[in-house]
Amino acid sequence: MKNVVKDQEVKPSFTNRRNFLKISGLTVVGTGLLLAGCSDDDNPDDSKSQLPGVRNGVFDLGGGDFGVLTYAYALEQLEADFYTKVVNASGFTTTFNAQEQVLLTDLYRHEVIHREFFKTALTAALPNPSTQLLPNLAFDYGALNFSNRSQVLATAKALEDTGVAAYNGAGKLITNPDYLLLAGKIVSVEARHASAIRSLLNPNSKDFAGDDVVNVTTGLDVAKKPSEILVVAGGFITTNFTAKYLP
Amino acid sequence: MNILKFLESFANEDLMQSKGSRRDSFGQFGQLGKKLALAAVPFGLASLSTSAYAADISPTPSTPIGALQLALVLEYLEKEFYQKALDSGVIPASENGGRDLKVFQQISQHENSHVSFLIAGLGGTASANFVPKPTFDFTVGGAFSPFTDYPTFLALAQAFEDTGVRAYKGQAGNLISTPDLLTAALQIHSVEARHASEVRRLRGLKGWITGSERGAGMPAATQAVYDGEELTLQAGYNTAALFGAAAGSESYDEPLTTAQAVAIANLFIV
Repeated sequence: MKNVVKDQEVKPSFTNRRNFLKISGLTVVGTGLLLAGCSDDDNPDDSKSQLPGVRNGVFDLGGGDFGVLTYAYALEQLEADFYTKVVNASGFTTTFNAQEQVLLTDLYRHEVIHREFFKTALTAALPNPSTQLLPNLAFDYGALNFSNRSQVLATAKALEDTGVAAYNGAGKLITNPDYLLLAGKIVSVEARHASAIRSLLNPNSKDFAGDDVVNVTTGLDVAKKPSEILVVAGGFITTNFTAKYLP
Repeated sequence: MNILKFLESFANEDLMQSKGSRRDSFGQFGQLGKKLALAAVPFGLASLSTSAYAADISPTPSTPIGALQLALVLEYLEKEFYQKALDSGVIPASENGGRDLKVFQQISQHENSHVSFLIAGLGGTASANFVPKPTFDFTVGGAFSPFTDYPTFLALAQAFEDTGVRAYKGQAGNLISTPDLLTAALQIHSVEARHASEVRRLRGLKGWITGSERGAGMPAATQAVYDGEELTLQAGYNTAALFGAAAGSESYDEPLTTAQAVAIANLFIV
């Protein structure tokens, strides 16, 4: 039976978001405005032809390859915004030691580059980018204290692990091999980031590829569908958008 | 480093005349002179002489099965490498407060899991698609001593992990028609990247690759693992535009072709 596409706003799942925030050690004001997506499993062909753009007054990420790339662009906007705030925080040079400052500055640069890459690539590839390019999103990190080392690193860890799981889960949705390779080029850098952040948080341990993210039996990392990712990452995104055509 | 000694050994006339199949293959470089041999001998050299060794693996086909077969060979290599290292005691238990041993125990466990997972993915050991484990020589004829010299072990570990990341990436396109296998390969790919980052950091490097730099302390012979990583043009976007070429190249890992990955593996297959 075909799922009915939901138009109404749906609050992000509190349980899932709470888990995410638990990981990042945060409490957040409940302003998540993400509109929940709807599985397109029953009607993939129609969904894949849906381009990103405004529908009923709200931007939808679209389906198919453009939808996946726009989804990735949204996640990179989040990561880039987070690290921009980290490195520009007034206490940056006192909160973090020299080695950590270098590492976080690298992450800031990498994520901003990823964001600008998607903006440029999507602008070039979309048939009508003036209406189909995802606008700049707004973010709210609630009670996060950017001068608190453990809070910042815990949030970075959650964001990087989420990025890895997101790209791992989105790969199979991509039909163009060039786009698939580009996603592959980025996801391994996100995994390198996740490992490094985890190593900073718990240096003398196996946490860099801990049992919480790498299955102890299969040795496989986490992979999640866009709907699973957006329901948690959306907790930081205050701009309304929908993802009706991504699974 | 021992890998440099290894290269020098092939530029040494006495050694070049010694018997040994792999060394014979390097003999041709005697004509080129020591300097050129040192400059030109990457892991990929094995590709020049594949036909000379029955044991060398051939490039796998550009199919989902071929992708898994290549992955399995690389995982066999990593599994055996880490198991031998753990068995040998080369990894100091007290290093960095026990960090190093914990790290390589975890990596070893993952590589064991990857081998089992890929064998199952190929249909089990009785399947026509199954490929048996090659015989590895991590000393490359006695030139390396990764199981008695810890820095050599660390250098090879970095090379293998960074190779793994690039090799899986290069196979993604071959798996695009098999979504579940593609997802599993991506899930291994990111684990290799987590490993690579940690091993690099254990060696005092950044977790990511800058330009085509193999990094301080890495033997010149490992340069083939890093060539091509310096790319700063991605789908028409200049990744060096905002923060320079170093940050731009770090932001993207580049693939290895099947032939490049096979050539690296073959250096250690006897």
